[in-house]
Amino acid sequence: MDKRILRPTPLNIVALLLVIFGLILAFIRYTQGLGAVTNLTDEFPWGFWIAFDVMCGVALAAGGFIIAGTVHIFNLKRYKPLIRPAILTAFLGYALVIVGVLLDLGRPWFVYHVLILPQFHSVMLEVGLCVFFYFLVLFLEFLPMWFQGIKNHAAYKALHALTIPLAIIGIMLSVLHQSSLGALLTLTKEQLSPLWYSPNLPFNFLLSAVMVGFAMVIFESQWSSKTYGRAIENDILKSLAKGCAIVAAIYFIWRMIDISMNGGWASMSPGFVSTWFWIEIIVGAIIPIILLIGPGQSNPTARGLGAFLVIFGVVLNRLNATLTGMIDQMGGMYFPTWQEIFISIAVVCAGILVFQAIVQTLPIFDEEVKEAEAAMA
Amino acid sequence: MSTYAMLNDLTKCIGCRACQVACKEWNDLEYHRTYFTNTRDNPPKLEAATYNRLEYNYLPDTDPALPQRWYYRRHMCLHCEDPACVAACPVEAFVKTEEGAVVYDEWKCIGCRYCMLACPFTIPKYEWKSWNPAVTKCTFCFDRIGAGEEPACSKVCLTDAVIFGNREDIIADAHARIAAAPDRYQDTVYGEKAVGGTAVMFLSTKDITLDDFGFRTDLGEASYPSYSWASLSKVPYVAVIVAALMSVIYFITHRRMPGAEKK
Repeated sequence: MDKRILRPTPLNIVALLLVIFGLILAFIRYTQGLGAVTNLTDEFPWGFWIAFDVMCGVALAAGGFIIAGTVHIFNLKRYKPLIRPAILTAFLGYALVIVGVLLDLGRPWFVYHVLILPQFHSVMLEVGLCVFFYFLVLFLEFLPMWFQGIKNHAAYKALHALTIPLAIIGIMLSVLHQSSLGALLTLTKEQLSPLWYSPNLPFNFLLSAVMVGFAMVIFESQWSSKTYGRAIENDILKSLAKGCAIVAAIYFIWRMIDISMNGGWASMSPGFVSTWFWIEIIVGAIIPIILLIGPGQSNPTARGLGAFLVIFGVVLNRLNATLTGMIDQMGGMYFPTWQEIFISIAVVCAGILVFQAIVQTLPIFDEEVKEAEAAMA
Repeated sequence: MSTYAMLNDLTKCIGCRACQVACKEWNDLEYHRTYFTNTRDNPPKLEAATYNRLEYNYLPDTDPALPQRWYYRRHMCLHCEDPACVAACPVEAFVKTEEGAVVYDEWKCIGCRYCMLACPFTIPKYEWKSWNPAVTKCTFCFDRIGAGEEPACSKVCLTDAVIFGNREDIIADAHARIAAAPDRYQDTVYGEKAVGGTAVMFLSTKDITLDDFGFRTDLGEASYPSYSWASLSKVPYVAVIVAALMSVIYFITHRRMPGAEKK
């Protein structure tokens, strides 16, 4: 296997250039203020960075706690080959969320105040602390891979002993903050369309995070097996696809019931907002359920597409619940500037580059893990 | 120390804007270059350097015999008794003082702007152009109150449209004004009960409904923090239940079956 830290493929070069461009835009944002690069206003104080970098980022990094729970707690050992890639993705995912938060906060230099001046009645504090501590947990779950890579066996063994407690704490923190991201929006009752607003938003966010956690693991396994020319773990991905489709079906049925209970159907009128709602439901839920349970059971491409559409659906759900769903009720109209979008793209590109660099240098995939473990024994 | 309150009597306001000017003066806020718009409001909206704004409402003539009817409504922080911004803030940057003011400390603020989303009256504004931005809003002139003075806006009011005092006295005064002229006033003191009560209250005219005046009559009487507290108070239980459940599942799935091969 090619052991260079980063392979100079055209895509990687483009990604690197985008990261450099993003750094320049970030410099302007930190010196000239949020108003210089964003379309945020007093009427629309939260925009694309909260909706995409934070809301979507946290949801898409759910694969870590899903697979950790499946393998370590439920003891389904055949999923073990997926655990390191999933933990690594979640670790980098939360790192990107934190970068996104630091870009969006008006005074990021005071972010440590959440530790020294906590206000315990704040949902925002709960989300902030859970994300921070879960990031620490993921770091501790990632460190063994690092120690194995640099052949520090004593440190590896010491941390490895913490696997189970870390998995339990990780699941607890994930359940709390995945749902609290929904709770953050429960006080936007007056602003958010009832197609998304619900007193059950915390539960909706948790359920869709579980669903997209499965989808991310499927998508990422298939993507990396293609990129690195490894064999697809076909039979375990098949069962994961089934699990994903079942959760997605429960989510779909529950959303329909939930919307009926909140009077969302009555409020719906044809237009921009309801169009995005139907794209979210049909393309992001119904079609992938069919793909994952039907052709996806035998055809890896259909399975990959199904997983991708679930991811698309959850990304759209978070964007809709934070931005699109508020357009009708808020005084102002908001659409992100190109700078907001480019900085977000740069953050994602940085994550993809770091992921590749780590995969190239540390034992992450099954064959290398087995090699490394054999070398240690 | 008693809790203070302020009453805005819309039937007495003559729209002189002295309160706007006094607010800018006392808080040392930047002035705007004014410009012609299709309303008489100026500045046109609350923003980082405007804590207090008069909205001009002209009622269409229904009876030509009557004089032209103008009503002026003040937009400012209502200083809720149990404020949503205080509960939303993760770092205690907002505090409800014992005098009744809701005040903000920019040296605690991390800039998450959740207060702006949380406020049912959309009052907090942001310094979008600053590299080190702060949230801004009416301070209830808590520096003046602390020195035994009343806020700048009520101090300069010529017609007693804005009065300041102990909350109980202010509420009693408001109801006395309604009782003295029941054909003139709406029979409500807006802010006495809305969102759990506010320190800044309004008396409005019978000529126009509170809704038409833009007052949020749909907010209910429960305080906003009680909504998020409903889910937040469950957090410790959820944490313990999830951790316990996972531990139990772990021990069930990992117990050694009799006769199972050793690893």
